[in-house]
Amino acid sequence: MIIAVASGKGGTGKTTVSANLARVRGDVTLLDCDVEEPNVHLFVSGEPQGEPEIVSLLVPEVDESRCDGCAACSRFCAFKALAVLDKRVLVFTELCHGCGGCARVCPQGAIREVPKRVGVVETMRAAGVTVVQGRLDVGVAMAPPLIRAVKARIPKTGDAILDAPPGTSCPVVATLRETDFVVLVTEPTPFGLNDLKLAVAVVRELELPFGVVVNRADRNDDRVAVYCREAGIPVLAEIPDDRRVAEAYSRGELMVDALPEYRPLFQRLYADIARLAAGARRAEPRPDGQARKRSFL
Amino acid sequence: MSATIQECVIISGKGGTGKTSVTASFAALSAGRAVLADCDVDAADLHLVLTPKIVAKTDFRSGNEAVIRSEACTGCGTCAELCRFDAIHYVKRPFGKALYEVDPVACEGCGVCVRFCPAKAIDFPERLCGEWMLSETRCGPMIHACLAAAAENSGKLVATVRQEARRVAKERGLPLIITDGPPGIGCPVIASVTGADRVLVVTEPTVSGEHDLARVLQLARHFEVPTFVCVNKWDINPEMTERIEQAARKAGATVAGRIRYDRAVTVAQRAEQAVVETDAPSAEDVCAVWRQMGFE
Repeated sequence: MIIAVASGKGGTGKTTVSANLARVRGDVTLLDCDVEEPNVHLFVSGEPQGEPEIVSLLVPEVDESRCDGCAACSRFCAFKALAVLDKRVLVFTELCHGCGGCARVCPQGAIREVPKRVGVVETMRAAGVTVVQGRLDVGVAMAPPLIRAVKARIPKTGDAILDAPPGTSCPVVATLRETDFVVLVTEPTPFGLNDLKLAVAVVRELELPFGVVVNRADRNDDRVAVYCREAGIPVLAEIPDDRRVAEAYSRGELMVDALPEYRPLFQRLYADIARLAAGARRAEPRPDGQARKRSFL
Repeated sequence: MSATIQECVIISGKGGTGKTSVTASFAALSAGRAVLADCDVDAADLHLVLTPKIVAKTDFRSGNEAVIRSEACTGCGTCAELCRFDAIHYVKRPFGKALYEVDPVACEGCGVCVRFCPAKAIDFPERLCGEWMLSETRCGPMIHACLAAAAENSGKLVATVRQEARRVAKERGLPLIITDGPPGIGCPVIASVTGADRVLVVTEPTVSGEHDLARVLQLARHFEVPTFVCVNKWDINPEMTERIEQAARKAGATVAGRIRYDRAVTVAQRAEQAVVETDAPSAEDVCAVWRQMGFE
């Protein structure tokens, strides 16, 4: 089972939920897909396993001796990563998505693709939990290729928990694709509710089963609860607004270690997720052995 | 970049540290001298406080997306082979032949399949990625946007929002642009800070806040933007606040003040008010940050 923990709004507690779930589960792979600001390792540190894998994207390199400045490459590039000035090709690798089109359309065969580093993937092991983390190099815009490299480490068998980046665009989509269940973490504030609705739109677009965890739950604001009830979305857990939780977090301590009374909450949450994910799989028969409409390969 | 218009971008690295609450307060403090821009196009929230009246909406079209015409597809598989984004898949139909289909969510719009399809069976229509709005608020004009769910090109939408904000500022002779930025350090953040005049990083005294600040300061230095740092909820961990401020100074940023932990911030948010428009205790802290950044 692959569980993704996501949210529209940042800072709602994705890492708290994913790391504590991993801790109560034990034997699980926890993958930090928030490659712009990976934080899982601050809470679950462990022994590094081997050297970090350097992840690169294939970007064009122009052989000037062969290039005749015809500009077929720059006309083709949808991302404006190539420009031709005075018959010379300028390559803006930070805009390149690595599609390989320029090398293919060049009539002179003057473009070859060379790897450009975008970040690293590191693996650690701590008390039964394998932590895989992607770390985007600063100044690199393109997170999805690195997220794909992190997800390539999802084990074939056993459970995996993915800590997603905030937002609703490409990095989130790259993370959520091919997962079995999405946990959306929110907080009971107007910002939390607004961004939850945006995140719900994304998981619905991706046709994934999901449920909500309300963090810093507050009896004075039930708008999130009302919205979930009306939209037919299961609220899987409510984590109370407890200053001790915030303080433990600030020091980099896991909630279930610092405040063991919260262990049952996360154990129940894990069991509920497993039950709902299994139910969703049964509810969706797969014709001729193919996956759902938006599943891949 | 016009010398007379100053653009201040508020970012955070880590999400949920209070960027938007600080931005809303800055909007109120600017007293009608600023254009407001919400560049957190993934999960825009500034409108929840500034309650804009929308004056004009414009579709945001960016890039294209590949669509295979099933009647023309011969099922050769060239497209799936060439696609680097795993966006093209073989689909068996209950009736009729097996065909390839493009997953619109995974398609990055590069056009390689379109160009190299031997049967010329792939269309490449423009993609609607969201919309942006020009609005009026009690604090001044505002440009904000809404990215379609699971859409591409948030960086380009950010660039559009900033460009429109600058146009409105010029048109109305307003000297300031106050921009609410996205979290992270990737494409939409880079699109938000390049060419800005001042960046304020709002962080919090937690291990995550500290870690993410280090990366976002590196980014600001990379793009050579003068950077200020303020620690929000500083009193939940005073020692960490101290450490963060030292690290910020060491990285060449200016410490612009501390904002206390204040539950009245959520109360203000529920009342659709900026903190400085209420009698919340932390209002004076936010005013001090505003002054430290050389405004007023």
